[in-house]
Amino acid sequence: MICNILASNGTVEKSAFLEFMQGFSTFAIPVILFVVLVLAIINKVKVYEVFVDGAKEGFNVAVRIIPYLVAILVAIGMFRASGAMGYLIKILSPVTSLIGMPAEALPVALMRPLSGSGTLGMVTELLKEHGPSSFIGRLTSTMFGSTETTFYVLAVYFGSVGIKRTRHAVAAGLIGDTAGLLAALFICHIVFG
Amino acid sequence: MLNYIWIGLMLISLIVGAITGNLPAVTDAAIEYAATAVDIALGLIGIMAFWLGIMKIAEKGGIIRLLSRLIRPLARFLFPDIPKDHPAIGSIMMNVVANWLGLSNAATPLGLKAMEELQELNPDKETATNAQVIFLAINTASITIIPMTIIAIRTELGAANPFEIISTGIFASTVACITAVTAAKLLQRIPSIKKSNPLNKKNKAEANDDM
Repeated sequence: MICNILASNGTVEKSAFLEFMQGFSTFAIPVILFVVLVLAIINKVKVYEVFVDGAKEGFNVAVRIIPYLVAILVAIGMFRASGAMGYLIKILSPVTSLIGMPAEALPVALMRPLSGSGTLGMVTELLKEHGPSSFIGRLTSTMFGSTETTFYVLAVYFGSVGIKRTRHAVAAGLIGDTAGLLAALFICHIVFG
Repeated sequence: MLNYIWIGLMLISLIVGAITGNLPAVTDAAIEYAATAVDIALGLIGIMAFWLGIMKIAEKGGIIRLLSRLIRPLARFLFPDIPKDHPAIGSIMMNVVANWLGLSNAATPLGLKAMEELQELNPDKETATNAQVIFLAINTASITIIPMTIIAIRTELGAANPFEIISTGIFASTVACITAVTAAKLLQRIPSIKKSNPLNKKNKAEANDDM
């Protein structure tokens, strides 16, 4: 219900809302930095020394991620280049069309957990072709924000501390992705359908 | 599971590539993406150093402890293995808030800091603990209040209302996050997964319990 109100009122209060949102993201980081620094001064932290001490680790963390990220990105890159996605779509589309998934949106849903930039490219193409206010445009935009790129997050987060045995993390992540994508489909049918 | 997915992706790529005649593209992609991975990782160095420095100041300044206390009840439920008032809780909260606000440049460094603190509580440095899996689940399906990237593209393409997808996005990403965390919590009860918990192994060795 809140969604309906927001969706319909959005156009009316667009300028005020737009200004608020832009101001919000412009000031979020400065505000965080300000609060951190003021509290540090109050607590007599030697800010420069402490900053450098913390920042030292930046290089090591980034370098540690490399082997994990290479493993994941190469496998996904090869999969995308092979054309296997086309077959997967052919197999799945009869099933997904039953739950109201437009054929154009299925590739976006399948790509979402694998590649963030790949998904963004697809959504941009669809927005150009169908228009941002079309059902396809609204649905795929919602899908893009509904979840994160599971395999990328896994490689970066676990890679940074050297974890190789991921246990049930992939399963939990993919279940979350599926739920998010289906929830996007469901809510878009209700709000925009 | 990642072993199977990885070998699956590789073998399917090679077989399908051979059938469709895309094999040269597949090998090109391997080389291209290997280079991309390094670019991404190296691109993180500056922003990582910056936020790790700020986080260290935040830690010494007492904010992290303050945040930890603020979400203690929720943290107890989500991460029962993390000791009370451990700095990891504060770092996790910083990461979650950065994700909510759509500050993706800040969210990753803050998240990696939290992961490192969780790793300090991990006796086996190569196997994820339950807390680490839950934290990963929160990040692979994080709640997004303002999906800035997609809003920017919609604005650029002349959308009548670029923001109309905010409410649907909040709904979908909240469902995703709750589901991922619930899935992680339920999966960790499966006997074989329970057994592989590094903390569980340690307990077992200490208590000599056979389960």
